[in-house]
Amino acid sequence: MATTDKPRLSRDHVLELLRHMIRIRRFEGKCAELYTQEKIRGFLHLYDGEEAVAVGVIPVLESRDRVVATYREHGHALVRGVPMKAALAEMYGKQEGCSHGRGGSMHLFDRSTNFYGGNAIVGGGLPLAIGLALADRMRGSDNVTACFFGEGAVAEGEFHESANLAALWSLPVLFVCENNRYAMGTALALSESETDIQHKAACYHMASEAVDGMDVVAVEAAARRAVATIRETGRPYFLECRTYRLRAHSMFDAQLYRDKSEIEAWREKGPILRFRTWLEQNNMLHPLDLVRIEAEVGAEIDEAVAFAEAAAWEPIEQLTRFVYAEQTARDRPVNHVATKS
Amino acid sequence: MAEFRMPSLGADMEAGTLVEWLVKPGDQVKRGDIIAVVETQKGAIEIENFEPGTVEKILVEVGTKVPVGTPLAMIRAEGEPAMSITAPAQPPEPAVAPSRPLEPKAPAPAPTPAPAAGAEAEERVRISPAARRLAEQHGIDVSTLLGSGADGAILLSDVARIIAEPKIGGARGRGFDLAAMRDAIAAAMARSKREIPHYYLAQPIEMTACQDWLAAVNAKRPPDRRLLLGALLVKAVARAARKFPAFNGFYRDGAFKPAPSVHVGMAIAIRGGGLIAPAIHDADGLSLDALMTEMRELVGRVRSGRIRSSEMADPTITVSSLGERGVEQLYGIIYPPQVAIVGFGKVAPSPWIADGKVVARPVINATLAADHRVTDGHAGALFLSEIETLLQEPETL
Amino acid sequence: MLQQKAESQATETTYREAIREAIRDALKRDERVFLMGEDVGRYGGCYAVTKGLLAEFGPERIRDTPLSESGFTGAGIGAAIGGLRPIVELMTVNFSLLALDQILNSAATIRHMSGNQFGVPLVIRMATGAGRQLAAQHSHSLEGWYAHIPGIKVLAPATVEDARGMLWTALEDPDPVLIFEHVMLYNMTGMLASDAGPVGINKAAIRREGNDISLITYGGSLWKTIDAATALAVEGIEAEVVDLRTLRPLDDATIMASVRKTHRAVIVDEGWRTGSLAAEISARITEQAFFDLDGAIGRVCSEEVPIPYPRHLEEAAIPQVPKIIAAAKTALTGG
Repeated sequence: MATTDKPRLSRDHVLELLRHMIRIRRFEGKCAELYTQEKIRGFLHLYDGEEAVAVGVIPVLESRDRVVATYREHGHALVRGVPMKAALAEMYGKQEGCSHGRGGSMHLFDRSTNFYGGNAIVGGGLPLAIGLALADRMRGSDNVTACFFGEGAVAEGEFHESANLAALWSLPVLFVCENNRYAMGTALALSESETDIQHKAACYHMASEAVDGMDVVAVEAAARRAVATIRETGRPYFLECRTYRLRAHSMFDAQLYRDKSEIEAWREKGPILRFRTWLEQNNMLHPLDLVRIEAEVGAEIDEAVAFAEAAAWEPIEQLTRFVYAEQTARDRPVNHVATKS
Repeated sequence: MAEFRMPSLGADMEAGTLVEWLVKPGDQVKRGDIIAVVETQKGAIEIENFEPGTVEKILVEVGTKVPVGTPLAMIRAEGEPAMSITAPAQPPEPAVAPSRPLEPKAPAPAPTPAPAAGAEAEERVRISPAARRLAEQHGIDVSTLLGSGADGAILLSDVARIIAEPKIGGARGRGFDLAAMRDAIAAAMARSKREIPHYYLAQPIEMTACQDWLAAVNAKRPPDRRLLLGALLVKAVARAARKFPAFNGFYRDGAFKPAPSVHVGMAIAIRGGGLIAPAIHDADGLSLDALMTEMRELVGRVRSGRIRSSEMADPTITVSSLGERGVEQLYGIIYPPQVAIVGFGKVAPSPWIADGKVVARPVINATLAADHRVTDGHAGALFLSEIETLLQEPETL
Repeated sequence: MLQQKAESQATETTYREAIREAIRDALKRDERVFLMGEDVGRYGGCYAVTKGLLAEFGPERIRDTPLSESGFTGAGIGAAIGGLRPIVELMTVNFSLLALDQILNSAATIRHMSGNQFGVPLVIRMATGAGRQLAAQHSHSLEGWYAHIPGIKVLAPATVEDARGMLWTALEDPDPVLIFEHVMLYNMTGMLASDAGPVGINKAAIRREGNDISLITYGGSLWKTIDAATALAVEGIEAEVVDLRTLRPLDDATIMASVRKTHRAVIVDEGWRTGSLAAEISARITEQAFFDLDGAIGRVCSEEVPIPYPRHLEEAAIPQVPKIIAAAKTALTGG
């Protein structure tokens, strides 16, 4: 099945894109509020400003494809289909959370949507993505593994090892680098000798391009191209999405490293505002659409909050569960001889 | 009416200082508006409002540090009546940094004084858990046991041996009447000090040869067959006593009679304050192994109260060793009618002159308390010197 | 001494050959199994363990990797989650440190962080230990560090039977299993039954019975400990030798049964003494068998020094038979 190259910009589709982005934005805002009230604890990394990347890429994937993300993964989880209730309950630490409450904001996992975290070590998810793709490749499947990471991960050795392995072994990986210009508090120019990241990736001999990460349609188009190429050639693809993080790195960040004026300038170019403006200018968006979207999203968020509030704390007696597999029945080997030469 | 509270911005944030208000009462605010600035350990952070409405009242003034969760302002939602004059439910309180009270260091315990010669202080018994358990199972008082392990630790085999031994005299437990014995000791000691003119000599003895020889011999032996230093000391005294008979015998009825045999009395402390010095018969002729065995058994029987009366009356000279208690020199009191008592302190590294240089050597202080009616210092010096010589060649003992 | 299988034919084989046979057997039995690591294919394996396997199974299943420990270990983790049964070979424990993040922060924790949704059925094999004058960076014994981590299992085969049989059981395990092969054991020969198969990985083995003292050890130190026991027997001291086989989870039941019988214990462990696995075992014995002890628990470990290059210093740095004998005798005096 070929992924079509171009996004079909029907009204339904564009409203869906807008809805996804608004849904993420409002959810993140609610998370911020809940965090200040100490309902969500630990670290909280919000996605404001980068919504177009997750929303542009993930719906292009099939449900059989795989998604690996970072600790700034709420948006990816939501658009991939992890239920909002489960995600929020997870952040509360309740056992109805998608990771049984064990992981929290940085470790959202969901088997049913092939969502492999939620990884808190910068660059740590890349080898994992390589492995998932390797398994698919060795079994002759054309699943794609989409691996999201920030431009800060490009400094880690694991990025280079993974890029090399993906290209060397022809693995079906879609590397999505969300270049939001700051790795926590360090600007890209202060940490990379070569700041053109898609160029760096191209040096590993894989298809590589950069796209305006604030333009959800451009991101979708690039993602369609990339996924189609991967399925067809079996080779990896690198997509650098140039974007901006409108909030601080995490909640407890005084943002001493950038000017407020810079943030405000980017806010004017943010993906939701930009897309909305474009839709309005092209008569594809009516005011009532927005009202409806906001109302639906608001209701869904309220429901998720109520769910998370009412959800249960896991009993302390169960503390040492989930360290090893609990079933005693072993996975018996498949009893036939390998026929490969 | 909604409360705008000091937000938690991180797991390690406990309080924040309000440094700037960006709104005043009467201002309209929306969800997401930045309405104040808070100073934290990470720097100044803008805090956002989540409730739309009108700012009703500022509760915390600029410059105040308050804990997370403290209401900072009241926001009136649209359509709500204005707040009444009554004070808000929770008046803000400035955060008081809790100070950790300095915990005073416990004073160092005063060093325990060295016990006086001949007395036994209450002390911890060095015994392995398994041995203790076995002893308890058999009703054996662990303080009566002599240990063959490292540093005198009591091991399973030591307990097992006691259990296996047949008892003399039938009755279990102590055969002593402690009170009576104390009286007897008091009388004897008083008499000794009254009647016997004591003179005292001390001789430091270099113990390298003994230590080396013991280490070599013991390396090849299982624990319950090893020789202890005490056996060497007793044997050396016994042989010296054989060579210098003026120190081995009894002074009675105004005259001294040397004894034909050398029965060395070994001073053994009993828990509860008793001290007896039963004899090891013919100690000068016993091999070291035999001597060691005798000493072990003697101690075991003393501590469990199974001593024969002949053992009590027979010693011709007494040896007392308090080295294990940390004492350096011991000046004993002669047990009448004996005429000498040899004391040993602890073996300790001490400065020693060898080849004109000061070196550290293991040294023990041997002391002699002798009856001046029978011998004098010259003889005493020769006697101690003989002991010293013998201890330089332990393999000949 | 060692129990030998009395049935069918037994042939002499080396520890290396036994492992090779185990890998071959696994690759034939289960098409999901594949092995990847540095120089495992064309080179035949740094220690010649995989010699010939590339020709037999092809480059997809005997996969040479670039020098990317973190990358290919993470890939092994991902492939295991993705449904395969990879064997990752990290050339030695010394280089495994480059993959430590993936082992600890991914392999050991994904099951827990995901609330039991994803397990990692991965086997990682590594060579370990000192004795070849390879100096400080190539001589570590870090099994104790790995045994510290909840979420993984850690094995130390010390006999040809275990070398042959532990791999398959490890591959069946739904959780990550690390197998440590001591470098000084690869050339060791032993008798192996021709129908030797998988062995259990949860229990320690009594390699020699005795009543006087328990000598508890694993891996490369097992044979030194057995030699020490033989020497002690000449002096009338009968030592019981416990081969741990599995370092995580430790087989407390076997260890305590032995110590309750002998009342004395010395643990022999090639890791550095401070914070060693021996310290952990000592603590457990104190917790579970204190009143059975007739003396302090002894340890014979590596000295507090990076392993030196010259032979006499290397020998002095790691456990040796005389030290084990001396420790045993000390333990017999109550320590």
